[in-house]
Amino acid sequence: MSERITKSMARNIYFGGSLFFFLFLIGLTVDTMIQLPERDNRDQITESVALGKEVWEHNNCIGCHSLMGEGAYYAPELANVFNRRGNSDEETFKRYLGVWMSIQPLQTPGRRKMPQFNLTEEEVNGLADFLIWTSRIDDNDWPPNIEG
Amino acid sequence: MKFESQQVAKPYFIFALILFAGQIIFGLLMGMQYINGDTLFPHIPFNVARMVHTNLLIVWLLFGFMGAAFYLIPEEAETELFSPKLAMITFWVFAAAGVATILGYLLVPYAELAHLTGNALWPTMGREFLEQPTITKLGIVVVVLAFIFNIGMTVLKGRKTVINLILVTGLIGLAVFFLFAFYNPTNLVLDKYFWWWVVHLWVEGVWELIMGAILAFVLIKVTGVDREYIEKWLYLIIALALISGLVGMGHHYYWIGPPAYWLWLGSFFSALEPIPFFMMMLYAFDVVRKRRINPNNKIATTWALGTATMAFLGAGVWGFLHTLAPVNYYTHGTQITAAHGHLAFFGAYAMIVMTIISYAMPILRGREDGNPPEAQKLERAAFWLMCISMMGITLALTVAGAWQVSLQRLPESGAMGFIDTQIQINPVYWTRLLFGSLFAFGLVLYFASFFVSGKTEGKTA
Repeated sequence: MSERITKSMARNIYFGGSLFFFLFLIGLTVDTMIQLPERDNRDQITESVALGKEVWEHNNCIGCHSLMGEGAYYAPELANVFNRRGNSDEETFKRYLGVWMSIQPLQTPGRRKMPQFNLTEEEVNGLADFLIWTSRIDDNDWPPNIEG
Repeated sequence: MKFESQQVAKPYFIFALILFAGQIIFGLLMGMQYINGDTLFPHIPFNVARMVHTNLLIVWLLFGFMGAAFYLIPEEAETELFSPKLAMITFWVFAAAGVATILGYLLVPYAELAHLTGNALWPTMGREFLEQPTITKLGIVVVVLAFIFNIGMTVLKGRKTVINLILVTGLIGLAVFFLFAFYNPTNLVLDKYFWWWVVHLWVEGVWELIMGAILAFVLIKVTGVDREYIEKWLYLIIALALISGLVGMGHHYYWIGPPAYWLWLGSFFSALEPIPFFMMMLYAFDVVRKRRINPNNKIATTWALGTATMAFLGAGVWGFLHTLAPVNYYTHGTQITAAHGHLAFFGAYAMIVMTIISYAMPILRGREDGNPPEAQKLERAAFWLMCISMMGITLALTVAGAWQVSLQRLPESGAMGFIDTQIQINPVYWTRLLFGSLFAFGLVLYFASFFVSGKTEGKTA
């Protein structure tokens, strides 16, 4: 096969092919951007959700946890922790998270440890709101079950 | 060495390898933390070790790519580098910024680092692989721009070969897509969508151009095969890499918010992504079989064949393993991902850098005819040890991942929780740590091979 393809043909496949598929990617991205507001519920991003994302980032949570399956695989998935630990109830979840963050690190020997981040009440509340908002993103029904 | 200015590649290569050693040390630490969560806690929590491990990887690969460019671009262009002085300035700035950032990770809590560097003014931190403070990211942009200016001017004033043009295109792509690192909206879905424009379009896009160009250069040098033939293959390989890989990005869009049509697009196009890697392997072996010269630097050829093979296995086979949406639904974010990540990065990118180092470093050290046989023998042992132990790490993580999926993901009711699953899998993590230690031993042998002196086999006139 390769004998019949000349170098200039190969070059044209490279330039033509990559240009075509890059434009295809741009087109798909435009369409995705049009559809996203329906799926990510951006109208529900409150100041508290925004604060929660900042807390999430400033403490490098992604360095151990995954969020929608992305991140590290050392600690549990958190995009559905609202459903798992909060039973999909905001008040229950916030109470749970407040206690959970305050008792870290757990003293169980050998267990994977989460540092004590010394978050304020407002920050924990924001983090909870961020995780609640995240759990409601339409992510094609991932993960397969509640354990994440 | 054909041009004096190629010497600037040397500090880049040496520093890259020093950072590589650091990466492995933190990899071993994490291997231990997986088994015993108390290891070095709270001094170096897992998230810090991981950030150091992955950031060192990215930075040492960038140093390696830059060294490769400084070595091969003047030789291909048949002219001296535009400015060796600028190349040394970019070296020191990048090295200082890199070391300062790593020390920042290790010495202060991450939240403190975010505060000290004013992350709130322009938040870009706290996202996987893009953990660097915004100021460091700006520094990277400045360094990369100065670097591209330097090699771009060199290409412009000299001979324009396909290898040079593709390498420069790849490096410009690297710089352009890095700019998405500065876009971090409050909306997590948008954040994730464009985060992949850095991460995916680097490693499954423009980095393949860089790898292809470096491999083509080394193959021409060690086999003497006709440039026209190699360049044709190079075009075909990178054409298929981009045709499959651009929309193949869809395999990252399955479960993070974008519409369901990505399940089909991502599955179809990313299923094609192994093809360019398979072609790269075929062509590397084909070119070596057709060799017209047989230089004394034999180990460089071994690295070239090795990187093509391991890249096919890691990026191609292990990528395909979990890329189809119905499979990925269960494997997404498990140890399967970690298995693929390790073999793909090592096979494609760590090994291509060691390939060019194995070819160019002896020449930069005045050993035009390659390292002495004793040194090559040691380097060969290191090559096999690192390849085999990385396969071992990958297989262990694959078993861990499959086990994790069966306990935690597959059961529709009564699935095991994350932490309990990890405790079950523990024996496999011992295996991984064992292979990790073997890898570290291979790396020690590799470093030792640089210090073996001896008489180079002289060419009989």
